[in-house]
Amino acid sequence: MSTHLGMPTVRPMPAHAPDEPLRWGQPFPAAAHDTLRDTQLRANLRTATRTIRDKRLAVTAELPDWEDLRDAGAGIKASAMAALPELLEQLEVSVQARGGQVHWARDAAEANRIVTGIVQATGAREVVKVKSMVTQEIGLNEHLAAAGIQATETDLAELIVQLAGDMPSHILVPAIHRNREQIREIFDARMGDAPDGLTSDPAALAAAARAHLRARFLRAEVAVSGANFAIAQTGTIGVVESEGNGRMCLTLPRTLITVMGIEKVLPRFEDLEVFLQLLPRSSTGERMNPYTSTWTGVTPGDGPQEFHLVLLDNGRTRALADEIGRTALHCIRCSACLNVCPVYERTGGHAYGSVYPGPIGAILTPQLLGVGETGVLDPHDPAASLPFASSLCGACYDACPVKIDIPTALVHLRDRVQHPPGRRARPTVWSVALGFVALSMRSRRTFRWAGRIVTVLSWVLPRRVRRLPFPGSLWTASRDLPPLPRQTFRDWWSAR
Amino acid sequence: MNARAIVLAAVRNALDGSGVPTPEPSPRAYRIGGAVAARSADAVDLFVDRLEDYRATVVRTTSADLPAAVAAALRDVASVVVPAGLDPSWVHTARAAGVEVQVDDSTAPRTHAELDAVAAVLTSSRVAIAETGTIVLDGQPDQGRRVLTLLPDRHVCVVAASQVVGSVPEAVRLLAPHPDRPLTWISGPSATSDIELVRVEGVHGPRDLRVLVVRDA
Ligand code: SF4
Repeated sequence: MSTHLGMPTVRPMPAHAPDEPLRWGQPFPAAAHDTLRDTQLRANLRTATRTIRDKRLAVTAELPDWEDLRDAGAGIKASAMAALPELLEQLEVSVQARGGQVHWARDAAEANRIVTGIVQATGAREVVKVKSMVTQEIGLNEHLAAAGIQATETDLAELIVQLAGDMPSHILVPAIHRNREQIREIFDARMGDAPDGLTSDPAALAAAARAHLRARFLRAEVAVSGANFAIAQTGTIGVVESEGNGRMCLTLPRTLITVMGIEKVLPRFEDLEVFLQLLPRSSTGERMNPYTSTWTGVTPGDGPQEFHLVLLDNGRTRALADEIGRTALHCIRCSACLNVCPVYERTGGHAYGSVYPGPIGAILTPQLLGVGETGVLDPHDPAASLPFASSLCGACYDACPVKIDIPTALVHLRDRVQHPPGRRARPTVWSVALGFVALSMRSRRTFRWAGRIVTVLSWVLPRRVRRLPFPGSLWTASRDLPPLPRQTFRDWWSAR
Repeated sequence: MNARAIVLAAVRNALDGSGVPTPEPSPRAYRIGGAVAARSADAVDLFVDRLEDYRATVVRTTSADLPAAVAAALRDVASVVVPAGLDPSWVHTARAAGVEVQVDDSTAPRTHAELDAVAAVLTSSRVAIAETGTIVLDGQPDQGRRVLTLLPDRHVCVVAASQVVGSVPEAVRLLAPHPDRPLTWISGPSATSDIELVRVEGVHGPRDLRVLVVRDA
């Protein structure tokens, strides 16, 4: 038994609940500046991402055809995007043929209205939820709460995040920013029926969550889920999970509402054989996740007898229109790119100011919000800073099971942020500086003389200049200026 | 225009404007068969190894010894629920072992509260995958409704050696003729890695998975 000295205080992370799930807080550099100061967070993240990285490498190395599977996954996703209108229509017909109802939502507000309407029609005052990124993206819980409907997250990490009043900071492990001791405090302070003397042993914490949620599962009349995939040909929907909370939600309530981004559709049932190998090995580093459920409309006498599928756009068609950026829609949300990213590992997910953090978030969030399109996302919008939140090292590309070339998409989006189509860019310090560099490279002569100016400066300035005056200070604030050369390379070369 | 028409039009617009040619048919160079042949002794060995890695309890038995294995797996529980289409000889075995047997059939389905109070469930299975240590249930009468294998804390599942395939594609192709059946893919007892990515067995699903692998002697 542990002794508590007074009631522990749980501080939400970030401190203030954001209004917009896709865009909150400051631009990335400022937000990262804050999160980097949290040494506890960095320690949590370092351990967690290293553990999962090693596991993933071990289980992907086991399959001799891993690269072939990646190629197949990338190919299936690309052809699904190319045939998206037909596949969505086919999915709708297949689901309806099996007794399901299909709804279409242009944006978050419309999806929230549809789901709230369905819940209200059942008369239920509470719903149980399976972890789903898309319902986070649309802020469904808050919307339901405003309508007097209580939504309970049932995935352990989501429950932690919900009880703490946090935002998720990882796609797969949304509470990765909390360690076991913090989780114990959250349960102790916020989970009304937490057992006395709860320890920080993960098994004890999981048992407390099981006991807390069991009664809710048994009395739930409505569940809300996301979808890992939907098969157009058959109308089959699938959810991949570990704990069994997904099975509870997909099986016990009378009514099931699944909210799904339109990009999740796959053409054929056999495509499952590719994604059910790629996803578990890339995400949790397991050969297979403990539970995968698939269902097709309504099965009489088994599971929910009323099924609603909500197909959501919310900016996806905007991303689809960009020939490079659209590959972000191939994402199967495995989170491998987060776990290998040197930036994510240090800043944590909250610095990205979106429910989609890490490398994939850096290309998905700004596109969902409309980066680069005139009048939609301003280059000074916090989300427009995300494509710059990368060292372009390429680790994400190597890890991605569907081979999304995230570095190329990042560079492309940086350009879209700087040069929105149909608008002259406002000059920035950067563009002016680079303009001078471009000027110096116009011809051999100008380049030679530009170089010589630097060598002249090296004689008149002190030997070691570390900080430049403004605007150069923007660069030297976090970097040392190298000593200026006494001679240009070209002069040195011709003197040999 | 309603939302459906608007979303579909937006998708068509995006594709027309993006100038990307329709991609080539997807490359499918990956393996269909597994490293071990379906239904082979190697497949069974690998399957058992993988399951044990997930900390499931595995008992190897023969059809002749199956009744004894079923009785042993249920020895310490008071009650077990079985689907209506389960092999009657297994049901008989469970009863003979002194366990209270509740049968769930469509005319008199058990309530959720009743199922929550039952200690164990005994089912058969559709197909098993050696490489991943996975059992697939497809909701047919010998496996029952999905909820049966969810609420009781112990799941005793019988897998015949002849049901063990090598790879995921082999299993998907076997299941593909009936995509409408609700499928539950089970790989070990319920687990979570949500706390510091430490794997903990046993959250909401059955915490105790016992697999009886039957070789035809
Ligand atoms: S971009 Fe690739 S690696 Fe990152 S979450 Fe998506 S599928 Fe996984």
